[in-house]
Amino acid sequence: MSSEAKQILTTDGIPLEVSLKKAERKNKVKAFLLVAPLLLFLVITYIFPIGEMFTRSIDDKMITNMLPKTFKEMENWDGQELPPEEVFSAFYYDYKALVEKQEHGKLGQRLNKEKNGFNSTTKRLFRNIKRKKIDESASFKEQMMKVHKNWGKVEYWQAIKRTAPPYTLAKYLKGMDMYYAADGSIAQVDEDRRIHRILWLRTLEIAFFVTLFCFAMGYPIAHLLATLPMKYSNLLMICVLLPFWTSLLVRTASWMILLQQQGVVNDFFVMIGLVADDNRPEMMYNKVGTYVAMTQILLPFMVLPLYSVMKTISPSLMRAGKSLGGTPFVAFWKVYFPLTIPGIGAGCLLVFILAIGYYITPALVGGASGTLISNQIAYHMKTTLDWSFASAMGLMLLTGVLVVYWIYNKLVGVDNIKLG
Amino acid sequence: MALPSYTETRYRIWHYVYLAICAFVFFFLVAPLFVIFPLSFNAEEFLVFSEGMKNLDPDAFSLRWYKDMVYGTKNPWGLAAKNSFIIAIFATIGSIILGTLAALGLSSRHMPYKGIIMATLISPMIVPLIISGVAIFFFMAKVGLAATHTGIVFAHIILGTPFVVITVTATLSGFDHSVTRAAASLGSNPVNTFMKITLPLILPGVISGGLFAFVTSFDEVVVVLFLAGLENTTIPVQMWTGLREQLSPTILAVATCLIILSTLILISAELLRRRSERLRGINR
Repeated sequence: MSSEAKQILTTDGIPLEVSLKKAERKNKVKAFLLVAPLLLFLVITYIFPIGEMFTRSIDDKMITNMLPKTFKEMENWDGQELPPEEVFSAFYYDYKALVEKQEHGKLGQRLNKEKNGFNSTTKRLFRNIKRKKIDESASFKEQMMKVHKNWGKVEYWQAIKRTAPPYTLAKYLKGMDMYYAADGSIAQVDEDRRIHRILWLRTLEIAFFVTLFCFAMGYPIAHLLATLPMKYSNLLMICVLLPFWTSLLVRTASWMILLQQQGVVNDFFVMIGLVADDNRPEMMYNKVGTYVAMTQILLPFMVLPLYSVMKTISPSLMRAGKSLGGTPFVAFWKVYFPLTIPGIGAGCLLVFILAIGYYITPALVGGASGTLISNQIAYHMKTTLDWSFASAMGLMLLTGVLVVYWIYNKLVGVDNIKLG
Repeated sequence: MALPSYTETRYRIWHYVYLAICAFVFFFLVAPLFVIFPLSFNAEEFLVFSEGMKNLDPDAFSLRWYKDMVYGTKNPWGLAAKNSFIIAIFATIGSIILGTLAALGLSSRHMPYKGIIMATLISPMIVPLIISGVAIFFFMAKVGLAATHTGIVFAHIILGTPFVVITVTATLSGFDHSVTRAAASLGSNPVNTFMKITLPLILPGVISGGLFAFVTSFDEVVVVLFLAGLENTTIPVQMWTGLREQLSPTILAVATCLIILSTLILISAELLRRRSERLRGINR
């Protein structure tokens, strides 16, 4: 039987299938046009800038543009022994051009990051160029080696050669306490200078334990809220929602007051005789402060998803479990707890995601030992102004968060996030 | 939660232990907020309870920090409050418009690539604020909007829309689309249908999303720290500077005002939620 015979036509004589598809497409376009303004806005002001962070983090064009002749000559140099005269002369002319544009200082600083001692080495050359002490008709190689002995060391030329590619992963390596060694291989920073790895581990550790504490404290009260009669649970729910709606800075401020050495918590400990009055423990500006404050601040994000899942579990299930001979503990463990696992997953992942990127609270109550990776990013954005390093660290953190977000999306679905 | 009379002793004990744990957690959640109140009436300059306050001596209490907050000569709170409200109101309006439109599109069953688009629209809520701050700062600096109110409003629209999208999509999930079809069959054009039929029905969701957007903007400090100049300082930025530098009780007076404000917002959000559930017939 041919398909033509089965085709159904609409009143206009168009096949129904075509007509339906057309209507479908129209609806699709309509739906998409509604989303388009926000999507476009976000892509331009948010998604692209995050992409720009990536290009910024690997960008190393500045030096490539500063020494064009040198890098061209260096292509013919094997990098094993001192470069030939052509490289010296190319570098000399590149550098002279920079001196005329007054950009030689930037080059010195950039090279100094690659190899210590470069700043003074280039400055010596600068002074000699200024005083016109370099004879441009004679060998540059000999003259430069006379200006500073470092010009005669192959490591310094290897360092310049390493900066030739316009893109580099050096910032990412730095974020993991590694660097490019003289021969181009990847090396580890000395043991006592591995600050970033400590920070990453500490961020993970704090996020993990804060999630654990939130779970341990959030599960019982979510259960209570879900099983109490409505009129009591609504009242108690306010205890969860009030901190949720209160300014983060207000809550952090109250913890600063509570945890300080003359603060209420220490007063209480002295009163019950736990600590001596002249030996009050430091509870702020360290990890303890970060743990306590972050747990309280993130607790509502654990309770709310747990509560919304527990609310849907019928109490008759527990009764059935008990009537079938289970003790209350067995009934809870075998019947109730497995049913709450979606809520546990949602709450834990949400708290973990939020905790791993926390900035304000650790900065205020964390001190030196309680700060997280976010604080380091802010430090590089504001103090050292090393924006490309801040971008690299930010993207490393973002990758971690996106992995967790992806798991969250698989397990719970972003459209199942419940608020309030 | 009365226990049945046949409960064994050990479960009875466990039940009270459980209630005690819950009481402790509720205390842990709420008590910190209440430390602020009495200390903001402290007559002295320290952020600790003085002997006079512990003995409830009336002389130990005063309104001086509230006076300082309002009348203090070199106090930035007036400007900060003005900026905070202006920025938050415009950011809320922007978030509501963009977010509601997007939610309407997303709730249509014809929407293509729903999953990935939803994930993109929600992403500002998930991406750590510090990263959002850096990215938005790069953008605003490039287009010349850094250190302007407009730049901060745009930034807060980015951070606020996910909340509107989530709450409005949730409201629309219980929405009966036959009413809009009924309106259309009675000759109403789509705009009219939206204004007269859809909007009144989803209004609780829109407003509660707007409240989230307002609070997000009003409380946001990380992105503003990157974007703001001296002229664009907001209440959270002032609190941040105050907490880091000169910890003065004036901050506690401001904090008390903020707690009162958040209580008001909490009450309105709760009333809206209940109304919305009633309208959608969820509340059994």
